[in-house]
Amino acid sequence: MNIGEMKAAHKRITRWEYQPGRIEKGYNDRTLHVDLSTSTVTEKPVTPLMKDKFIGGKGFGLYLLWHATKPTTQWNDPENEIIISPGPCAGITQYAGAGKSLVVSISSQSGRIMDSNVGGYFGPYMKFAGFDAIELQGKANEDVIIVIDGTDHSVTIETAPKEAIDSHVLAEQLTEMYAKDEKDKINVAVVSAGTAADHSLIGMLNFSFWDPRRKVARLKQAGRGGIGTVFRDKRIKALVCKTTGIKPNWNNVVDLNKIIERGQRFQKEIKELDDKQCEMRDKGTAHLMEIMDAYDLLPTTNFRFGKAADIGEDINKIHSNVLKSLFNLKWRDLDGCWFGCAMSCCKSVDGFELKTGPYKGDKVTVDGPEYETAAGLGSNCGIFDPLHIIEANFYCDTYGICTITVGTITAFVMECYEAGILNKERTGGLELKFGNSLAALELIHQMATGKGFGAIAGRGAEYMKHYFADQGWGDRQFLSDIAMVNKGLEYSQYMSKESLAQQGGYAMTNKGPQHDEAWLIFMDMVNNQIPSFEDKAEALYYFPMFRTWFGLCGFCKLPWNDVEPENNREKYPPKEAAKVPEHVDNYLTVFKAVTGRDIDKDELILQSARVYNFQRIFNIRRGYGLRQHDAQPYRACGPVTKREYESRQERYDKQLVDWMGMTPEAVAKMTVEEKIAAHRKYRTDRYEKLLDAVYKRRGWTRNGVPTIAWLKEIGMDLPEVIEVVKPLQ
Amino acid sequence: MKGKIIVNDQVIDWRAGMTVSDVLTVMNYTFKLLVIQINGKNIKRDDWPTATVPEGADVKVIHLMSGG
Ligand code: SF4
Repeated sequence: MNIGEMKAAHKRITRWEYQPGRIEKGYNDRTLHVDLSTSTVTEKPVTPLMKDKFIGGKGFGLYLLWHATKPTTQWNDPENEIIISPGPCAGITQYAGAGKSLVVSISSQSGRIMDSNVGGYFGPYMKFAGFDAIELQGKANEDVIIVIDGTDHSVTIETAPKEAIDSHVLAEQLTEMYAKDEKDKINVAVVSAGTAADHSLIGMLNFSFWDPRRKVARLKQAGRGGIGTVFRDKRIKALVCKTTGIKPNWNNVVDLNKIIERGQRFQKEIKELDDKQCEMRDKGTAHLMEIMDAYDLLPTTNFRFGKAADIGEDINKIHSNVLKSLFNLKWRDLDGCWFGCAMSCCKSVDGFELKTGPYKGDKVTVDGPEYETAAGLGSNCGIFDPLHIIEANFYCDTYGICTITVGTITAFVMECYEAGILNKERTGGLELKFGNSLAALELIHQMATGKGFGAIAGRGAEYMKHYFADQGWGDRQFLSDIAMVNKGLEYSQYMSKESLAQQGGYAMTNKGPQHDEAWLIFMDMVNNQIPSFEDKAEALYYFPMFRTWFGLCGFCKLPWNDVEPENNREKYPPKEAAKVPEHVDNYLTVFKAVTGRDIDKDELILQSARVYNFQRIFNIRRGYGLRQHDAQPYRACGPVTKREYESRQERYDKQLVDWMGMTPEAVAKMTVEEKIAAHRKYRTDRYEKLLDAVYKRRGWTRNGVPTIAWLKEIGMDLPEVIEVVKPLQ
Repeated sequence: MKGKIIVNDQVIDWRAGMTVSDVLTVMNYTFKLLVIQINGKNIKRDDWPTATVPEGADVKVIHLMSGG
């Protein structure tokens, strides 16, 4: 079917026209609300309080969702919303990495408040069209698309019965449909999910950006927590935003020259240093593959081990140089997910011929794989085959499911299979052994159709660990120990066993174990820079707060510390150098140059602390967000099985002596089971002590509830917030 | 400490003429964003292949990625 026929099949449900606005200092001062149940579109003002306390991005998303929902609202209730907000600095093109949007919703996987950051053009284009955020509420009766047309200042809701659902097809269909001509395709951005988002709880959203060189709609993902599932539950097939083209100062910033100056300085660093440092332009985040392996941090066979060699595999098979050899680097320095990003880390494999599934034989462009994807779908499943990783990456993207989540789910079911908890009968014939590429791909295809074992796996690891135990297939405690899930969300792909601080960095997060709040493993485990509980607590205060700020403003985190100024290490003591002070200063300067608000690095942390605490309290309002919810699976904390212990016996035995004060003679007499039990007791207690220290530093009670005094101190003492925490003080 | 040095609080064997680069090889420290200090003194990257580590030295190899 051609594009004209598809378009002819659209039925317009609503068309709403709005007054064109003008962005001032990064804000339109209005947001867009779409109610799919009533097919109404309205605009709402952005209040001074929103700008003051919530800044934008994730802050706006949380504020709007709080007021749109009740404490009892479920993910699939009509009042649940998906909010997309890019933040005041999003859309500038003169400083690298300033095109991010934050997507917020009640998670279909966890019931908690999910946030996911994403590149692509939709967020900035929506700002240029006139809105600082979009709220999607209600449910349509049939599949619809929502078109925000910044060229004629209208928003339409229309049926879209004929278009594909899978993202790699749909994004291109809609880009072509809404662009005037080939040149105009760059001015169209699409948000979509995919068929697996229809049949699982782990759906994600793809945000497109048209690549005029490859002539394809590239895709960036808001992956975590099932927001794609919420999107499809609302019967939204896609969002489309059209703009008239990029203008140099569309944000009407206060001081463009300042941004240009800092932007050029940063660009020079990338040009001169990236090849010597992280090679982001050549490899993207995949440069971490062999590094993580070398440091015993690459999750291998469901986070049991940290190295390929532990299972007799060779890291060189999925070494970053191998992935690089598959990337098309012809436009290496132009692979940005937003204009002006000199780091250009969005690598792609072009002309990749698919071997399985409904698109078998097609030659496609695959975005990535990034480190998390390659580790999750590769080493963690015991599959050291780059072509498998790329194929699985492609299908996860187009089906609209998160590669990190799928990786951790597959690794979990593979361990269950090897442990005899699952067998061919229980998996409907899938031989889910570690290393079985075809079975892993088939599981993904089954998630897309909601058939077979894929229907169970697509509900996530939290569901499965209970389901398998309820069926009497395995021991409940063992399943809880090995299912790498906290707060209903699967772990991202780093080993935290030997880094207590990272255990907190994962399990004490607001949304669940994603590394975007804090990545402290080197600081803690390798450098031994934060030895005491107080040191770790300080790091678990500073870094989550600092990193939250990117998502308030519309920045990407990667340019902050994936390249560092040449003299960073000489100029600052190591702990300060880890914060990359000159880049922090760039961000403060750019924020001021956009918004006119003159903040220092302490106020930056406070801005984040307000939103961070608000999200914690939002979870408390929903019955979560307490100490019990910060518990971690034991696999994240220490060795569960004999094989794990024996693989690092020397280290673990030494720890029995050094940490637990046992004599070498006493250790020599212990069985492995006794040693595992001793570690478990010690490590679990130690994590509890960490919780105490971190809660204290964060101004929370021992139960993890922000204190009223702390909320007053940071300026997040809104009456509705105090009302939630008051009975819990 | 006879025949030993301390690297990030771990005691490892020392040998005469051991350079900073040798220490990195022994420790399998392959990451690129490193600050190296011997007895509290910064050693510039250009000097890593030639700077020798004295017996008993306290070596800090600070990995900078705050990352992920
Ligand atoms: S660093 Fe990479 S992910 Fe971040 S904005 Fe640039 S291209 Fe996008």
